[in-house]
Amino acid sequence: MTLQFNDETFRDDYSYHNSPDAIRRFPFPFDKDDYMYAVNMEPHGSGRAGSPFENRFDVDEHYVAEMRDREITLKEDPLRCQSLPHMELAGWDLLELIMEAKSEDYPELFSLHRDGDRWHWINRPLGIDHKFTFLDPTTLPYGPMEYITRQAQGDFAVLDQRDGNLWMEAGMVTSQADWSLDFDIGMNFFEWHAPVPLAHEMGIFQRALKFLLAIQQDAPSRRLNWTMTVNPRLDTSPENYHKWGPEKRTLTPENVGEKQYLRVELQTFFRLPRSNGLAFPIRCYLISLQDLVTVPKWGRRLHRVIRDLPDELAEYKGFTVNRPLIVEYLSRFDDGKPTSPGIFPDE
Amino acid sequence: MSAQMLRVTEIEALSPLVKRFRFEHPGGKKLPLFSGGAHVVVEMPDGDLLRRNAYSLISDPQDGSGYEIAVRREDGGRGGSRFMHANVSQGDTLRISTPLNLFALDARARKHVLIAGGIGITPIIAQMRQLLRMQDRFEIHYAARSRSEAAGLRLLPRLPHIHSHISDEGDRMDLGAILDRQPIGTHVYTCGPEGLITAVAQCAARLGWPRGSLHSEVFLAPPPGRTFEVTLAKSGRTVTVGPHQSLLEALEEAEVDIDWSCRGGACGRCETDVVSCHGRIEHNDHWLSEDEHSSQTKIMPCVSRFRGRELIIDR
Ligand code: HEM
Ligand code: FES
Repeated sequence: MTLQFNDETFRDDYSYHNSPDAIRRFPFPFDKDDYMYAVNMEPHGSGRAGSPFENRFDVDEHYVAEMRDREITLKEDPLRCQSLPHMELAGWDLLELIMEAKSEDYPELFSLHRDGDRWHWINRPLGIDHKFTFLDPTTLPYGPMEYITRQAQGDFAVLDQRDGNLWMEAGMVTSQADWSLDFDIGMNFFEWHAPVPLAHEMGIFQRALKFLLAIQQDAPSRRLNWTMTVNPRLDTSPENYHKWGPEKRTLTPENVGEKQYLRVELQTFFRLPRSNGLAFPIRCYLISLQDLVTVPKWGRRLHRVIRDLPDELAEYKGFTVNRPLIVEYLSRFDDGKPTSPGIFPDE
Repeated sequence: MSAQMLRVTEIEALSPLVKRFRFEHPGGKKLPLFSGGAHVVVEMPDGDLLRRNAYSLISDPQDGSGYEIAVRREDGGRGGSRFMHANVSQGDTLRISTPLNLFALDARARKHVLIAGGIGITPIIAQMRQLLRMQDRFEIHYAARSRSEAAGLRLLPRLPHIHSHISDEGDRMDLGAILDRQPIGTHVYTCGPEGLITAVAQCAARLGWPRGSLHSEVFLAPPPGRTFEVTLAKSGRTVTVGPHQSLLEALEEAEVDIDWSCRGGACGRCETDVVSCHGRIEHNDHWLSEDEHSSQTKIMPCVSRFRGRELIIDR
């Protein structure tokens, strides 16, 4: 399969779109008809062929456009990318991980040649051909983390592990669901999760942290998270709330199917070898409700999930105002039939 | 737990009780790199038993050509180290897990002070190699009883900031002097017997060190004990744990599905809920809180044991 990269935007005219293939492979996050927070971790890597879980880092038709959008966001707000001084080695670890994975999994798009510390990296979709010295930051135009995450879809948090906790001390965050790296930098696992409702009382974060601290190299994990976004916008940051917040009010019964998007985050966890840090890529996938309901199982299920979702979660995820509209729209695609287990479409 | 079969390519006696083992990939493949302080779990097929012991890596973390460990023969132990000494020869292949680090250097430190007692020198050796490569400031203090027992001497380079203290030669480690003259931003790492770790913690507290600057690893092998029985709530089965077996090993033998990683009471992976307990759990882990220990509602099967009438666990 050769990938065709879409010419599309994630702001202004919002020309973002999914091909029929992208719709079929969308990472639908609900494996049953209701939803509650859980420690929903599973092994990552070599998942179902063709799905976003097949490779360590999924590269899809939105790659080039997403990298262009990141560049715009960074130009307006350089603090979206930060790395505390002691995180440089972790940045090199991340660069190696991504270069290795992409060149192995997508040899027609990326290649990496290594001769000791002298590396040659080719990124064909972005037209990059670069020779540099591994572990020598003066041979790269940016720090190692920034360099590689300008070429990788999704946000990245890079965590330092110490004192039995994880500390958010580096990251590239331009496509986040309403949280801020600049605010969270230096915080630990419990501190940056403080705004999340219910999950603390359920003991979810304590168990999740224990799991993360013992993640081994070669044994990455993943989980899916989700929210709702009006218009296919990557940069739904608190910094730019004034730009996208008001767009929530533009939803009508006529345009909800077209303008309301389900936003899914494929979150993965990788142990970094040299620094013992943890890389946390957060890959964002967007699908309009009208595209989503072309898969009947998903239409039925999403209706039931949104209808029955605890109010605290809808409030936290920020779509309480539009929930009645969304439920009304989705109800038209729910005939009450049972749904099959698992997240994938029926054949 | 990801792991691969590796070949023993070198065995060397470092002292009468300590041997160094080197493992390489049989096909010459590069092994995953790691960070100083990491350990691997070595699987030892010993007759009907499958033993699994954790050992700190002592080789250069940036060198993927092989992994090296140093094993001290513990004659009173459960047999894992005796197996390594007596039954493993050059050319054998053993299953070795991917490294995991529960004793990592703190990258923010301006200076690192590494303190080791006895065989506790092993993780410190790899940390030293990492620090040498990164050209970070550090010093090492290594304490051993006698020169002939001090296996670490063979692994430490002769450098002015690496100090050995051999107690039967009258050179005892003076923790007060070591900790008193360190610059602000120094981190201390201690590995060795429990007594040494406590002594460092107390001395540092007296001198007003911030607690976050102290790191330690107690090297825990599952202690032997008396035979005991445990009932499994899910199946109603009863499992017998022998004197030289851990509860985790007994559960594995009974083919109970249970996660693990360090096998030394430090990582939390094997944590198990206790359904009912009539007796005393001998908690040997460093994972559960004091409250969890005293309430007897959880057990770490990799290191902890039981004495009493009945223990039912949620497995
Ligand atoms: C180390 C990796 C992780 C990082 C960096 C991270 C980061 C974050 C951040 C920044 C938020 C937004 C908080 C806010 O409102 O400001 C969040 C939300 C959340 N996180 Fe994590 N997280 C991590 C791992 C996990 C894990 C392992 C779980 C497992 C249960 C988890 C569960 C959640 C949940 C349930 C939410 C609320 C999401 C929603 O309802 O939309 N996180 N996380
Ligand atoms: S396996 Fe690590 S605590 Fe038991």
